Amino acid sequence: MWAYLTRRLLSVIPVLLVVATIVFLMLRLTPGDPAANIAGDAATTEDIAKLRVELGLAEPLPVQFGIYIKNLVQGDFGESFYYKRSVISMVADGVGPTLSLALFTIVIACLVAVPLGTLAAYKQGSWLDRTVMGFSVVGFSVPVFVIGYVLIYFLSVKLGWFPVQGYQPINEGIVGWAYRLILPSTALSVIFIALIARMTRTSVLEVLNEDYIRTARAKGLASRKILLKHALRNAAVPIVTIIGIAIGILISGVVVTESVFVIPGLGLLTLDAIQGRDYPTVQALIILFSVVYVVINLVIDLLYTLLDPRIRY
Amino acid sequence: MASPLGKRRIAKKVLSLAFIGALLSTGNVQAEKVLRVNMHSDLKIVDPIWTTAYMSRNYGYMVYDTLFAINTKGEVKPQMIDNVSISEDGLTYDFTLRDGLMFHDDAPVTSEDVIASLKRWGAKDAMGQKMMTFVAEMSATGDSTFQFKMNEPTGMVMQALGKPSSNVPFIMPARIAATPPGEQITEYVGSGPFVFLQDEWKPGDKAEFAKFEGYVPRDEPADGLAGGKEVFVDKVVWKVIRDQQTKMNALSKGELDVIEQPAHDLLPLMEQDPNIQLVDLNPFGSQYTFRYNVLHPPFDNPKIRQALMYAFDQEEFLYAAVGDEAYFKTCKAMFICGTPIATEAGFEDKLSGNLEKARELIKEAGYDGTPVLLMHPTDLTILEPLPPVAKAIMEDIGLVVDMQAMDWQTLVGRRNKQEPVAEGGWNAFITAWNAVDNASPLTTPFLNAGCDKALFGWPCDEEIQSLRDEFAREADPAKQLALVEKLQIRVAEYPTHIHLGQYLQPHAMGKNISGAPVSPVPAFWGYKIAD
Repeated sequence: MWAYLTRRLLSVIPVLLVVATIVFLMLRLTPGDPAANIAGDAATTEDIAKLRVELGLAEPLPVQFGIYIKNLVQGDFGESFYYKRSVISMVADGVGPTLSLALFTIVIACLVAVPLGTLAAYKQGSWLDRTVMGFSVVGFSVPVFVIGYVLIYFLSVKLGWFPVQGYQPINEGIVGWAYRLILPSTALSVIFIALIARMTRTSVLEVLNEDYIRTARAKGLASRKILLKHALRNAAVPIVTIIGIAIGILISGVVVTESVFVIPGLGLLTLDAIQGRDYPTVQALIILFSVVYVVINLVIDLLYTLLDPRIRY
Repeated sequence: MASPLGKRRIAKKVLSLAFIGALLSTGNVQAEKVLRVNMHSDLKIVDPIWTTAYMSRNYGYMVYDTLFAINTKGEVKPQMIDNVSISEDGLTYDFTLRDGLMFHDDAPVTSEDVIASLKRWGAKDAMGQKMMTFVAEMSATGDSTFQFKMNEPTGMVMQALGKPSSNVPFIMPARIAATPPGEQITEYVGSGPFVFLQDEWKPGDKAEFAKFEGYVPRDEPADGLAGGKEVFVDKVVWKVIRDQQTKMNALSKGELDVIEQPAHDLLPLMEQDPNIQLVDLNPFGSQYTFRYNVLHPPFDNPKIRQALMYAFDQEEFLYAAVGDEAYFKTCKAMFICGTPIATEAGFEDKLSGNLEKARELIKEAGYDGTPVLLMHPTDLTILEPLPPVAKAIMEDIGLVVDMQAMDWQTLVGRRNKQEPVAEGGWNAFITAWNAVDNASPLTTPFLNAGCDKALFGWPCDEEIQSLRDEFAREADPAKQLALVEKLQIRVAEYPTHIHLGQYLQPHAMGKNISGAPVSPVPAFWGYKIAD
């Protein structure tokens, strides 16, 4: 197990190097000039050229790349071209809102989707099954901003139950923090409910046809016990996988939800940085997202051993 | 002793009260008066001399003060200055600062601070550079007095020192102004009506400013950027909200107090909202401009550039982009309708869609079918509808047009490329300027025809440059107007850009908000919030 863990952690290094190289090249190949953006509309060509030198963009690409990798190895992600702030501090500011939104969303999605998917499988072909499957098609099809606007219109504008926008950090009050996350998380959870419910239904259905379930039924075990103890647990591996992927997607940027509900998270930071060609910020964010994916994959793989004793590393 | 049922009831009540309390704490109950504003963009750079970005200029008016400022009529008035005397030969200016000027760190504003600030601005800003060509020496003659010695008389000193838009000659402490103009300042101390709360600044989220208790406003009432800058709120928060619909909802529900630039297509909805008022605070509005690149065919030929001046009809562009006549006006005056130098000279027969004349000029020019690469920014609502209109008109008069869609940042990067189109260059694009930027031959960025020293597009014409110089020297308004007429006639012969009309951009604000100053630049003194 420890050898496996060490091997997996060491494999992160080449992954990050490849990611760092690709993101560096892609940014430099994208049209646009950060110096021209920063200098403003009334800046002359000469002003912009001076700024390019100041930002280190006048150096040949291999030199820029060398400096970037050297700093990266030392843990220095640099300063934002615009804000003159350490990129790490800006990313740190965005982690709280994004993590909050992701966790809230995934908790709502799991609480709704797993029971719904399990029941749909158990009652295969019933009205409940058809309703759940119908909902999952709608959930996949309706864009999140439409759900967001509809929720805002009815629950905020018409009924006044929730604020239209904004985020409150958890250190300013846990109730306010949760209250402001309800609407965006609900809007965002719809697609994940659809995804997880569908996956749960398929996995549970597969397990329900196994011989050991038939044996359990023959033994006269209660349906609830069969479903929860025997079926769901054995169907958990693909469900956990999909939940892990969902967490990765949520952390690596839910730009539209963050924009509609004005949540200052990593999604908006990434969007702003890409639009402004703020190279150091984009580079740091993409590397962070890669780490998140690698770690989530590792955690999922380790969870497999808990869920299925046959799996050993 | 309470029964289990009673305990549950008590627990429920406590939880309900806690929940209601929490809800209230997230509402609008505020001990201090906080004005929550959505600006047109995020504040990114907090050095208004280092960049010409409008948001940095707006930030500058919060934190810094200016020696002179323009009022709503466009007249330059003293602001930090108490009095100024000019010698009869026009070669010596003696300035006295008014009493009570303090920086946010409680240090008094001195003439040394003023001179250091003007040196930094004069090295960076185009109008500042021009003014400095007339200044032989700037010296402090006392703690609050300073003097300009001039090489030759000029009428531009007050105009330059009262320049309302980027780069504005803001006054900073000498130690900060000593920062080379090519480097960003790292300390944010001014003497303006608001203090920048650096610790509260969250890039991409919000910027906060507290009322500066030590600020002493002028005695006169506020008038434009001039007069007494009285502050009636404790704090101003610039809140970043990108989504237009969310902005409107937040304003309607009282979660926001002001939107600087609401989208034009939402204005009819806002007009019907009982909680929202639309207030036009910028009397000059903004001006659309079509910019040619004169380095490459076909716009290296002035005749083809002239043809567009005849072909373009301002109304067509304004209807496409703004739509509602209440928010736009056609205006053939290059330097903005309503200013003392507004004149149609040179453009009387142009900008009205004379396609026949345009076709004649294209024929005379011997146009060889070289395509026009027209850049089309698709991510800016206020600009996006314009290039298709230009394309249709250009094709109508016989030009071949290659309109390329791109985001604004790509356009900004590409417009600085002097290479031919085949190597990543360009021929034309359309943008908008705050009209106050284009209200004088000295400040209009696209009028600079100094070849390599000019802005992207790089027009190159000695006559235009010499007329701008004459304008800078001239102090008599009647003679200035005569020079503007000559200048416009020359621009009609050697077009640098085309003005496509003006549009108004009202602020949207809650009905409980009053006192917003009428000004070409968003300013936040004067605002009052009713309980």
